[in-house]
Amino acid sequence: MSTLRTALLNAALTIEEQKPWPRITVDADTWRQATLAIAAGNATLSGLWAEPGAMHMAVLDDEDGALMVLTLATPDGCFPSVGLTHPPAQRLERSIVDLHGLIPEGTPDDRRWLDHDRWGVRAPLGTGASAPADGAPYPFLKAEGPPLHQIAVGPVHAGIIEPGHFRFSANGEIVVRLEERLGYVHKGIERLLTNTTLDAAAKVVARVSGDSTVAYSFAFARAAEAALGVGVPQRAIWLRALMAELERLANHLGDIGAICNDAAFALMLAHCGILREEVLRACKTAFGHRLMMDRIIPGGVISDLDDPAPIKALTTRIRQRFPRFVELYDNTASLQNRTVSTGHLSPELARRFGVGGPIGRASGRAFDARKAPGYPPYGDLDFKAAKREDGDVNARIWVRIDEVYESLELIEQIIDRLPTGPIAYPLAPALRERRVPQAGGLAHEPRDSASEGLAMIEGFRGDVLVWLRTDETGGVLRGAVRDPSVFQWPLLEAAIEGNIVADFPLCNKSFNCSYSGHDL
Amino acid sequence: MRRMLFEGLFRRPVTERAPTVDDAEIEALAERLGIAAKARLGRSLSIREIDAGSCNGCELEIHALNNSYYDVERFGLRFVASPRHADVLMVTGPVTANMREGLERTYVATPAPKWVVAVGDCAAGCGVFGKSYAVIGSVSEVIPVDLVIPGCPPEPIDMLKGLIGLVEASVRG
Repeated sequence: MSTLRTALLNAALTIEEQKPWPRITVDADTWRQATLAIAAGNATLSGLWAEPGAMHMAVLDDEDGALMVLTLATPDGCFPSVGLTHPPAQRLERSIVDLHGLIPEGTPDDRRWLDHDRWGVRAPLGTGASAPADGAPYPFLKAEGPPLHQIAVGPVHAGIIEPGHFRFSANGEIVVRLEERLGYVHKGIERLLTNTTLDAAAKVVARVSGDSTVAYSFAFARAAEAALGVGVPQRAIWLRALMAELERLANHLGDIGAICNDAAFALMLAHCGILREEVLRACKTAFGHRLMMDRIIPGGVISDLDDPAPIKALTTRIRQRFPRFVELYDNTASLQNRTVSTGHLSPELARRFGVGGPIGRASGRAFDARKAPGYPPYGDLDFKAAKREDGDVNARIWVRIDEVYESLELIEQIIDRLPTGPIAYPLAPALRERRVPQAGGLAHEPRDSASEGLAMIEGFRGDVLVWLRTDETGGVLRGAVRDPSVFQWPLLEAAIEGNIVADFPLCNKSFNCSYSGHDL
Repeated sequence: MRRMLFEGLFRRPVTERAPTVDDAEIEALAERLGIAAKARLGRSLSIREIDAGSCNGCELEIHALNNSYYDVERFGLRFVASPRHADVLMVTGPVTANMREGLERTYVATPAPKWVVAVGDCAAGCGVFGKSYAVIGSVSEVIPVDLVIPGCPPEPIDMLKGLIGLVEASVRG
């Protein structure tokens, strides 16, 4: 990949000011070559987004985690389809067609995705031409033959979960094809991140997916700090990681219980539910909010940890209780009978889709954004990224179990080594400094008015990507977010194939993708 | 497993004491709802949760109502799988254009008498999202709302208070 990076840099038309990774503008030929390199597995597609007149593609080096953004101008409203040779891009491209009206040339799937014919407009971020809001029927892919029948599920599900539609084609009990239809909770987040204030954008990004609110705020803050060139005090850096690990701990405990519950093993849900609640209560005591929403801001954090005792008590208690639940899981044959070999995701597919988080790490893809690209303070902390090879529901549970222990370890290290000092630097002086000419510059030479930042943070579900373009006053001109679920949802369709319908809840929960993070 | 179950017989439960709900609040709620359904509902309410566009933060906290700390079932409150079994709809999120029909059809599928609880700041007033091409508005702009529980997300204890108030109001009505 580093050779690919060099080749791309050499072919760049211009190199834009984006921190900390470069953004280069390229021509259509270079765009196609990059697409082919991704399809060949030389790099991983990490994001695809648009703005009026341009397409952006984030490319990730799996080995060192370095990112690069490729930009292609689209003066005639078209760009060479990435999804044509690299299927993981297809839904992202369909979203771009729906929102911006840019056309991916040669796309294999031209059905609408986020646009359910309900908005009354086409391409709301592009031309915005009016259109009937009549909810036209969606053409599902066909699976036909005498023994096949269809099962339609959703958008309103039986449990307390988000809305989405699943269309099963089944042969008796065996799932032959699952097709997802998402987009029900599309709230227009991309438009809300256009021409707005830093505060307003931070609030919206914190609510892209509520269960990952810390990860999103963390990523937003780092992107904003990179763009604006402002620093963060040491204590805030460590407190951010503390919050991120508490969030991971709470979610993993909830997921382990919920997956077992979907195999009708309610005892595990009851016990893990208690531990999850205790984590949330400790978060409330320590940081003033159970989910720690809006606690991380550009420049630092807003609430200090006055007394680490509740967090210490929490980790001690989880270390006492949790091993017994692990033992229970490991020794209950009827439960293992449901999870082992169920919902297998092949390492090849996991790698191709660049799938992150416990799903990728349960299928042999070791990628963890805390290790590479890495961000402070994780370089100073001692932890192992969990990894399994089996790719089934059982492996996804074990990766979460391993990560619960790793998070406990990290929380204890952070508490022990928490630096003292301020918890936030005010942004205002840093921004004023940006507006005056730098030393040695011409007296009235204006600095670049816009600057950009990109950040990747490992949430409990996988790597969260946030891109921001800010103006000289710290306002947000444009922003884009990419949830790990984007690359995970399509793989659920692959993992369920050949399993029985009754195992779908189990597979679905073991993936636990975000609907809101996907639909934006 | 046997050991854990056995221990459960002797350990004190973690369950919270029932929150107190102000009498005046209950009276006001009963009057406002015009409740006259005691004979049919007794002290029990079946709840169907609908996400009409939330970020899933509210769902996490609604889930928490079922854990041993809050244990909603001891109050006769039960989450059910179908709107056809429900007395109460708990709706979260600003209503998106893409979920509007789903919400309306769920409401129609719920047998009367029924109450709608708008959970969270988004359900109450669109929260940080506001109205746009994709967001129709708050829940009350699509279906009639009887009770609003604000918060981003509201804490489980606040939801519990709201729901207990609803049960009490339905008994007194």
